[in-house]
Formats: sequence, C-alpha cells, structure tokens
Amino acid sequence: MRPTALIKAYRRRAPGEPRAVGYLYILPALLVYAVFLLYPFGQSVWLSSLHWDGLTVATPAGFDNYRDLFGDPALRAPFAHALLLLVFYSALPVAIGLLLAAAMSRVRIHGMTFFRTVLFLPQVLALIVVAVAWRSILAPDGLLNDTLRAVGLGSLARPWLGDYTWALPAVGVIGTWVGTGLCMVLFLAGVQRIPRELYEAARIDGAGPVREFLAVTLPGLRPHIAVALTLTIVAGLRNFDLIYVTTSGGPGNATSVPAYEVYHRAFETNQVGSAAAVGVALTVLIFALTVTVSRLVEGRRA
Amino acid sequence: MGCPRRAFPAVLALGATLLAAGCVPGTDGSGAAGSGTGASTAVPDPKAAGKTTLTVWDQEIRGGTNGEITQLNREFERKYPNVRIKRVARSFTDLKTTLKLAVSGNNPPDVIQANQGYPDMVSFVRAGLLAPLDNYAGIYDWNTRYPNTLLNLNRVSTDGTDFGRGRLYGISQTGEFVGLYYNKDLLRKAGLEPPKSWGEFTAGLARLKERGELPVQFGNLDKYPAIHTFGVLQDQYAAAATRDTVLGRGSGFDTEATKDAAATLTDWMRRGYLPKGANGLGYDDAAKKFASGDGAYLMTGTWLLADLKKTMGDKLGLIPPPPAKPGGAPVTTGGQGLAWSITSRSRHPQVAAAYLDFLTSAHASDVMTRHGVLPAVPGPAAAKVAPDTVDGQMVDGWKRLSAADGLVPYLDYATPTFYDTLSAALQGVVSGKTSPDKLAATLQQDYGAFLDTQRERHTAAESR
Repeated sequence: MRPTALIKAYRRRAPGEPRAVGYLYILPALLVYAVFLLYPFGQSVWLSSLHWDGLTVATPAGFDNYRDLFGDPALRAPFAHALLLLVFYSALPVAIGLLLAAAMSRVRIHGMTFFRTVLFLPQVLALIVVAVAWRSILAPDGLLNDTLRAVGLGSLARPWLGDYTWALPAVGVIGTWVGTGLCMVLFLAGVQRIPRELYEAARIDGAGPVREFLAVTLPGLRPHIAVALTLTIVAGLRNFDLIYVTTSGGPGNATSVPAYEVYHRAFETNQVGSAAAVGVALTVLIFALTVTVSRLVEGRRA
Repeated sequence: MGCPRRAFPAVLALGATLLAAGCVPGTDGSGAAGSGTGASTAVPDPKAAGKTTLTVWDQEIRGGTNGEITQLNREFERKYPNVRIKRVARSFTDLKTTLKLAVSGNNPPDVIQANQGYPDMVSFVRAGLLAPLDNYAGIYDWNTRYPNTLLNLNRVSTDGTDFGRGRLYGISQTGEFVGLYYNKDLLRKAGLEPPKSWGEFTAGLARLKERGELPVQFGNLDKYPAIHTFGVLQDQYAAAATRDTVLGRGSGFDTEATKDAAATLTDWMRRGYLPKGANGLGYDDAAKKFASGDGAYLMTGTWLLADLKKTMGDKLGLIPPPPAKPGGAPVTTGGQGLAWSITSRSRHPQVAAAYLDFLTSAHASDVMTRHGVLPAVPGPAAAKVAPDTVDGQMVDGWKRLSAADGLVPYLDYATPTFYDTLSAALQGVVSGKTSPDKLAATLQQDYGAFLDTQRERHTAAESR
C-alpha cells in the first residue's frame, strides 16, 4: 500500500474508532501474560490428556481424566465441597458485609476507624497464619470449646476439625471471617459514593431503614457487590492453604477441595494427568462463575 | 472477565498443538547409566577423584539428625580434602515435592534421600533414576553390616515393579520403631509398673481410666498417626502375616487380624482409653499434651524421643509394645530412616558410594548416638549408654526388636495409594463411623486392585 493510500484509509475512519495499532500497545503485557499464564495453562491442558506419573514416559489418556471427574466419586466430592464452601466464602461475607456497611453508614459510631481496621485485619494476614490460629481455636481444648463449656453449652463442644459433619462448616467459618472485612470495606467505600440526596429523598418519602436499604443502598452498591462476589468466589475456589494446614482434607475426605486435590495428586500420588485435569476443570468453573456474576449482578454484557 | 471467548479457544489450541507435536514428558528408564548391578569392583578411593563437589539432598533437619549429619559431612571433607559436600536440607514434605523434579532434571544431585515404598523409590527406579548399589554392598560389606529385614526395605525388583526384593537402591542410616512412651509419675501414682505383657498393659489402661487419668494420648488430625497406632495393634494379632502382606506376598487385609485390630481401636475410643476428640487434635499438640502430663502413654515413633525428653526429662520412659507373654519376642511397626541413594546420572558415583559408606559406618553410629539419634546398626557408643535412661531403653528396645525380627514395615508401603486409603479409613474407625468389616473391605479393595496391576506388569515384563 502506498503512503497516500494509507493516509486515505485512515481519513475514511471516524476519529476514536479502534485502530490496529492498538494491539501494538498491549503487546508487551500480552507477551508476559502469554509466557507466564497462557503457555503454562496450555501445558496443563496437554498434561490433562495424558496418564503420567511425573517420571516415566507418559501415555495418552484421551478424555479419561475428564471422564473421571464425573465418574469417580473421589473426584466429584471435592467439587461438591467447594461449591458448598462458596456459601461460607462468598455468600455469607457479602451478606454480612452489606449489613455491616448499611448499619455503619446509618449510625455514627465512635472509633469507626478502629472497627474497620479490626474487621479488615484478616485480609492482611497470611492465610497460613490465619489457618494456624484457627486450628488452635477449633482444637478439642481450644478457645471455642472452652468458651462453650464456660457458658454451659459443653454438650455442643466437639473436635470441630475432626468431626465428619462439622469439619466442612468449621473450615467455611474461617473463610467467612477472612472475607467479611474485605466485603465490608468495599461496601463502605461504595456507600459513600451514593449521593446523599437519594437518602434524603427516600426519607422525605417516608422510607424506613429497610426500605431505604432496598431502594437506595442495594442498587447503588450493585457494581461493588459484583466485585466482592468475584473476588470471594475466586478466593474460595482456589482455597488451598486453609485446607492444607487445618485438615489435609480430612477427616476421611470430608473437606477435600479441588485445589488441594491438584497438589495431592501431582505431588503425593503421582497422578499428574489427573491433577492437571482437576486444575483445568477448576479454571473453567471459576471462569464460568465469574462471567455469570459479571452478567447477572453487575449487568455487564461481555 | 476481559475477553473470555477468545482467550479460551486459543489456550485449547495451544494444548492441542503440543499434543500433536507428540512430545511426551518423562523417561523410559533407558538413560540409566548403571543398569547392571553397580559399576565398581574395587573399594573406591575418593582421593583419586580429583576436585569433586558432591551434591546431597536430605531431609534431616531436626535437631539430633541435623547435628549428626553436619558433623559427619565436616569429617568426610576433612578426610578427603578434595571433596566438597554441597548439602541441600529440606523438610520431609518439601523434599517430597521437589525431589522428583530435581532428580529428573538435567543436573540431578549425586546423593538423595529417597522414601521407601511405591510412590517414591519404586517410581524412581522404574524411571531409571537411581543407581543399583549391590556391588558396593559387596565391597563395603553392607550385606553383613545390616540385617536382611532392613536391607530388603531398600530393594526394588529388576523390572522396577516390586518393592521389598531385588536390587539394592539405598542404604539407611537410622533405625526407628513405634514404641510405647510412658510417664513414670503417672504410672507410679496409679500403682503401675511399665507393662511386661500386652495383657498387663491393657489392664493398666482400665486402671488409669478408673483413676480419672487419660490412659493413652492420641491426636489424629494429621491423618497419619492412626496408621502407627493401628499397625501396633495389628502386629499384636498377626505380625508375620502383616509383613508379608505389606511386601505383596501375604494374605491381604481382609483378615481377622485387621478386623480385630480395628475393633480394639474402636473399643479403646469407646472406653475412653484414647481422647474423645482424637480426630480433631494435631499430632504435635498431642505430643505436647503428653509431655505436659496429660496422658500416661503415647504410642509413637522413636523420632520424637529428643523432643519429649527436652520437656519431660527423667519422667519419660520408652519400651517396645509389650509382647503377648512376659519375656516373649516384641513386635511393632518400624523400620529405618529414609534411604540414602545414588542417582544414576551422578558424575561421581564412586565418591558418592564412599560417602554412603562413611555415613553408615560404625564411627557414624557413634556420632549418631552422641546426638541422641538411633542408629540402624548401634555401634560401641550405643552399648555404653546407661540402660536405665530413656536413650538406653530406646537402644535396648531396638536391639531386641532386631534380634527377634520383630519389625513390621509401615502399612502404607503396601500400595501406591495405601497411605490415602488407610489414613482416611482409620479416621472413620476412630470416629466410630467405619466398622471393622468395612475397614477390612476398603483396605482389601485397594490392595487387591494393586495386586492385579502388579500381575499385569509381571506378565508384560515376562513377555518382553
């Protein structure tokens, strides 16, 4: 193409319309992204189509590893656990965060900064530290059981992390504790950006606290809720360290989750192909959930 | 959320490309240098090797063993000034996750500590990553230095299929057994002596319980401790058969002994001989509780001796689980520390062999004893340890167990997935959820499936 033709081609375009040169700008970032994320992920996809013990020659497996994800109860269970944990890791923190934010924005509390900091603190701590601390709180003679016994509820005391029924909720509560602060701070920031006039108008119209929350606060926080849900869902599904430190998937396999299963299969039982398949499936699941959240809650058309 | 619909097919396409390129990871084992029985015929002389750096990966990071290895490394370097030892010490779990990559990489360490059993040592051998040591065993008299029971646990069959027989692929430095730690004060207060027979032991448990003491401290949150407890119980019923089963030639796990042992475990939980929340209590936490006087007995390995002694001092005693009749032969779960192995692509196999011999010599045994570590073959210094101390009890127990051939290998050696199967099922038994029959069936299912795979492998190996 001659220069004049090129210039002509550009002239025909409306200003602000996307131009091919834009791709050049994202190229550096894309390269890094490709080398450190897309390529390893491609490798995982490839490994997931093999039977490989990590050492001897791999044999092709076709879709065997993926079929096992549906057929093998030992692999279905971790995904079921992860989805149940999302209630604790995502739904509860968002709900509690909303309540706290609504309450804190309505009532002026002395030492607000202090409470905000305390509630946000779990986010700052390394998850390993959180896990070790909670492991001792939930121990048979830990803080929780001691407190229950002190207030006369000794019959409720149990070895939380070693109880087939209660281990999963117990681990879930840790996730709730970690996630709530983040959600609350996000929502508090969001509430401050809602115009005061809306609240005034609502009050003039005679709205009570509940009505006000539903009509003004909740719609105003919609994008923030989407962000909070996305962050907590991703964190919840990737959850490995909490499980690794507190229960190692036990008792039995009552608390095994996909991320733990990836580690366990790749490094402990020499099933690299299967581990990769779990990892890929987990990625797809996270993808699907976050896209759903961004469409339904945030109202974005991807 | 950026542009999911475009990125995802691209990734799939990448995966497909790699697949189509036909490059498959892993090695078929043909790269092994010494696929014979070890290269050497004369005693290797490290001095003749010139300037050498020996890279060693081990997991001896705990107090006693770390001190002992550090000292022996220094002495080896002094003995052979041309050799420098580059030591990489990692914790057991860290070693387990990184070792596979390191050994299969282009520049593997010369000496590694390989965990016995199918997931690690047998996998390494099948991939041709370890050098057989049989020749060195002849040259250095390892065959006579070690009892056969111990050497066998470091053997893998020639075709890389079976664990427990075939070529020697490693040599262990330390011994270990699951014993009965006891708190002398608590026993005395209950009017009990350290038990001489199994019956006396269990009768004592009832007595302790009546007096409001916790008879046996036990924490099983980490899943594996119950394997040791259960192993000790099962050995009481059928030690020899269990050992055969673990080594792939026994009657399997669907036996009366398995059920009886599980029933005993359930019974002890029910009677309160073991703490109620055992599944929720960490292994280390249980040990700490025992050390602080909560629990009269603790059933665990000799590796904990140094830590317990630090807190309990003279109050601590240790015996092998008592035999059925007073004066009888004791049996228990136990074996040896991780095997020290030479990688097949090491450039200095002779120096490495000399290093292995040095680490397991009589002198090394004495160094171990001085650091409070139990050597697999106790040396002169071990004989001089006062027999009434807990260290003396440990050495004495080890000698009696070795003499009586009373060591049964860890049950999780049985199959590649047995650790998972057994530890998960035992948490069920401890909680009362899994019945002895169900446990036996679960274990046998795993074991039987593995035996079938092994049989196929044997047939395939023969027809090759």
